[in-house]
Amino acid sequence: MAEWMTGPIWYVAIKIAEILVIVVPMLLAVAYLTYAERKVIAVMQLRKGPNVVGPFGLLQPLADGAKLFLKETVIPTDASKAVFLIAPALTFILALVAWAVVPFADGWVVADINVGVLYLFAISSLGVYGIIMAGWASNSKYAFLGGLRSAAQMVSYEVSIGFVLISVLLCVGSLNLSDIVHAQEKGVWFVLPHLPLFVIFFISGLAETNRSPFDLPEAEAELVSGYNVEYSSMPFALFFLGEYANMILMSGMISILFLGGWLPLPYLGWLHIPGVIWFALKIAFILFGFLWVRATFPRYRYDQLMRLGWKIFLPFSLGWLVLTASVLEFTGLLPK
Amino acid sequence: MSFLSRGARDWFLLELFSGMALTFRYMFKPCVTINYPYEKGPLSPRFRGEHALRRYPNGEERCIACKLCEAICPAQAITIEAEPRDDGSRRTRRYDIDMTKCIYCGFCQESCPVDAIVEGANFEFATETRAELMYDKAKLLANGDRWEPELAARIAADAPYR
Repeated sequence: MAEWMTGPIWYVAIKIAEILVIVVPMLLAVAYLTYAERKVIAVMQLRKGPNVVGPFGLLQPLADGAKLFLKETVIPTDASKAVFLIAPALTFILALVAWAVVPFADGWVVADINVGVLYLFAISSLGVYGIIMAGWASNSKYAFLGGLRSAAQMVSYEVSIGFVLISVLLCVGSLNLSDIVHAQEKGVWFVLPHLPLFVIFFISGLAETNRSPFDLPEAEAELVSGYNVEYSSMPFALFFLGEYANMILMSGMISILFLGGWLPLPYLGWLHIPGVIWFALKIAFILFGFLWVRATFPRYRYDQLMRLGWKIFLPFSLGWLVLTASVLEFTGLLPK
Repeated sequence: MSFLSRGARDWFLLELFSGMALTFRYMFKPCVTINYPYEKGPLSPRFRGEHALRRYPNGEERCIACKLCEAICPAQAITIEAEPRDDGSRRTRRYDIDMTKCIYCGFCQESCPVDAIVEGANFEFATETRAELMYDKAKLLANGDRWEPELAARIAADAPYR
């Protein structure tokens, strides 16, 4: 083996290739998630959905992307230009950066760090900055109110998400995402013992990604479209992509924490389907849930949203945490 | 006991799940949207669309320039000028409809004693300029020639109710 093949340049090249292998399919997935969303909601509302561009409208995401790309980027006169333009980039970058620690299959992970869960939690918390910066820098009352709402909402639901994470981590004894999946390989998927937490995490995930019925930051009825009113063209597209990438990320987290990540369904291991496909199927399943919820429920009122987060989810997940810890301690199952 | 059942309903999210079951069932219902330019919805024979001036089977135009339609038109969209033709019969020299004024009330076809001016089934006559919507006699007669089979069928279908 030549000298350069072990040098730092080679290492960097490998890492860049790994990143591209993740980012490119991710962008495609985001594009087709928008298509899937429109189709699923259309079918549930007895409509047809996009069906003109390409067969079954399959080229619609590309047409939308091209349209946004070709439009003019309007920057409001009173906006703070630098922050205004950094905000969408930040949202988008954070949504992609989080995938560094996600194991797509056994050992298929860019950075197999031991604080994977903490890293994910930190990155998704940072996501609020993109939105609040956009709301602030736009210098527009609707964008400002949308940004404030979004900040309050994401912070509130992160608390209960944190407690849910701790309960799961207690059963694993490690913050490494691969270890979390391995822990479910021996026993059962955590969705069974932690079913209420799974529901809470799913709902909090909806709130965390600003999805319906918690899409208050962009409530079109009262805030026109919230923090992104003033955005057009590519900056808007970046927000859009970031939001959908966050949805996929949240589904990935749910799959890893509760649905056994890349593990095959019980009794289906003999099929020898690659783990990455199982992982994708589980993500698609959760994403369908996201879309299904959007097609079903009306938007929460702001005070209802806060009540649900602070008065129901927080005490419940805290109580469940104490229960989990007690059960593990007294049955001697606590991982060492 | 009622607080128990209510509590159970709240804590097990029964109402939310039944709502989601409803939307899930709707996924398998046939879709009601019509793929418009390729599929069209049904039209009543009384549907009031684009105007046309009809002719008799021998090619003679029906309109006798009585100007009832011009008189009754609430939007004053119709303008008629008439004079005797060389063979002595009374005909219009000019029959204009301003389609931008027309409100498609159908009074013109109701008032017409000879079924000359009618509103047809065509509703796809959008134009790119305003001037194209100032219909003159030639355009209306051309419409009549183009749609005559359909116009006759519509009048026949509606005749029992008149």
